[in-house]
Amino acid sequence: MENLLTDEIKKQLSEIFEQMKGNVTLAIFTKDEPCPTCAETIAFIKELSSTSKKIKYKLYNIKLDEKKAKEYDVTRTPTIVVLDNDEAYRGVKFVGIPAGYEINSLISALIQVSGNLIELPEEFVERIKKIDKPTNIKVFITLGCPHCPGAVETGHRLALENPNIVAEMIEAQTFGELSAKFNVSSVPKVVINDKVEFLGSQPLEVFLDNIEKAHL
Amino acid sequence: MTFGLSLNLFGSTTKALEIDKVYDILIVGGGPAGLNAALYAKRKGGDVGIITKIVGGQIVDTSIIENYLGYASITGKDLVKQFEDHIAGLEIPMAKEVIVEKIQIDEGSNIKRLTTSDKKTYMAKSVIVATGSVPRKLEVPGEEEFFSKGVHYCAICDGPLYTNKEIIVAGGGNTAVEAAIDLSKFASKVTIVHRSQIRADKILTDRLEKLSNVEVKLETQIKRILGDTRFSGVEVLDKKKNQLYTIEAEGIFVEIGVLPNTQGFGDLLELNVTNEIIVDKKGRTNIPGIYAAGDCTDVEYKQVIISAADGANVALSVFEYLNTLDD
Repeated sequence: MENLLTDEIKKQLSEIFEQMKGNVTLAIFTKDEPCPTCAETIAFIKELSSTSKKIKYKLYNIKLDEKKAKEYDVTRTPTIVVLDNDEAYRGVKFVGIPAGYEINSLISALIQVSGNLIELPEEFVERIKKIDKPTNIKVFITLGCPHCPGAVETGHRLALENPNIVAEMIEAQTFGELSAKFNVSSVPKVVINDKVEFLGSQPLEVFLDNIEKAHL
Repeated sequence: MTFGLSLNLFGSTTKALEIDKVYDILIVGGGPAGLNAALYAKRKGGDVGIITKIVGGQIVDTSIIENYLGYASITGKDLVKQFEDHIAGLEIPMAKEVIVEKIQIDEGSNIKRLTTSDKKTYMAKSVIVATGSVPRKLEVPGEEEFFSKGVHYCAICDGPLYTNKEIIVAGGGNTAVEAAIDLSKFASKVTIVHRSQIRADKILTDRLEKLSNVEVKLETQIKRILGDTRFSGVEVLDKKKNQLYTIEAEGIFVEIGVLPNTQGFGDLLELNVTNEIIVDKKGRTNIPGIYAAGDCTDVEYKQVIISAADGANVALSVFEYLNTLDD
């Protein structure tokens, strides 16, 4: 595969990653062939980690490293789990390759998981704190969708605020069956706890409304 | 599947817009009009900020642009990248992923207050509204019901989900033909349905004719969107034969032009019958200190290069206004 990161992009990324506070480890889960987009994902993350000393990665095989997969609740390949400075799991995942426009949500995840969090309005912080049941946020995207990274970032931001929340980007083309199961024909599509759903890159408030609805 | 990266520099490196200061100029919208206005205003020395839903505006939803001088052919995302790279060094603060819901003016003062969808209020001496436009709808039964269940308005976003499936493109202008060409790479068959004749540029229709999996139905009006739990096709009227019939497909992409994105400004700003903001040659609206540029205005032609130029024009004009204020 050709290199995704040109020298120019690498330079720009190095500058952006100066905003990272601590280290981040990307745990990449793949399996033996056939594993569509797995090789590309590994190559991509390897290139990405060359742009900052703070970005580490670990390669896992979903079958051989069953225990790790279970710990992070990884069921599909490729999946990238973003671990913080203490290599702790914070509920931030990418199912499928975060290339195309999703480079932006990946950058945001790296910076935020490293400890440089975007500040949230006080009223939202209170509401997020109150979520006391397990909450899974799936954000279905395509790589050519300019509006999708915003939805992925909001999901991940919520996960970082409350340990009950897990948010995963799902690349809809590679995971066609899963997308069909959730009737994804438009992106971004957000599904909460596999039952409540909404469309488009919506503000944090809409995410919260729907999470609260999912727990009614 | 293509993986090519679309790095959004503004997403990660821009300064945040401040709420407790009064900017010289706040620009509402980050498309070509807004970005070029920001470039001109900043170079003039203005204290300028941008509030935008998405940097690049509608161009990011465009696959290929071939009529922007200097670029024989460039993807929408690459042109946006060029714009971003150009103004990245100017460190213009930005509030992104938000829209302005309301503009208010303090009584007896020149201060304009802009309230955003994330409940923040920003202040400025002058405002440039450059909110662009949104896709126009067919306005037929079933369209809303099957929105995103087969009815789509963003070909580059949702197109890949129709790999090896049959789809319809509604419309006959440049955007429709471009979308059809683009979607023909994914879909097994694309049917263009248009109520009159194709009015896209010849360079595009020539390209369309070479595609074996595209069929064109002209003088054909979509009357109804059909479906049960999801979209299954359209009922159309063959206007020549005056006959109703059904075209089956798994999805439809509506590409019939745009409407000005001026919702929320109608109370304050004077709009024409099609809801475009009425401006004069200098981009002035009916309110002193509030200007508008690009597709959201009553400018005759909606083109990327015209919007960009309009942004420059209006930014320069705003300085005339700022110079009249005493502070």
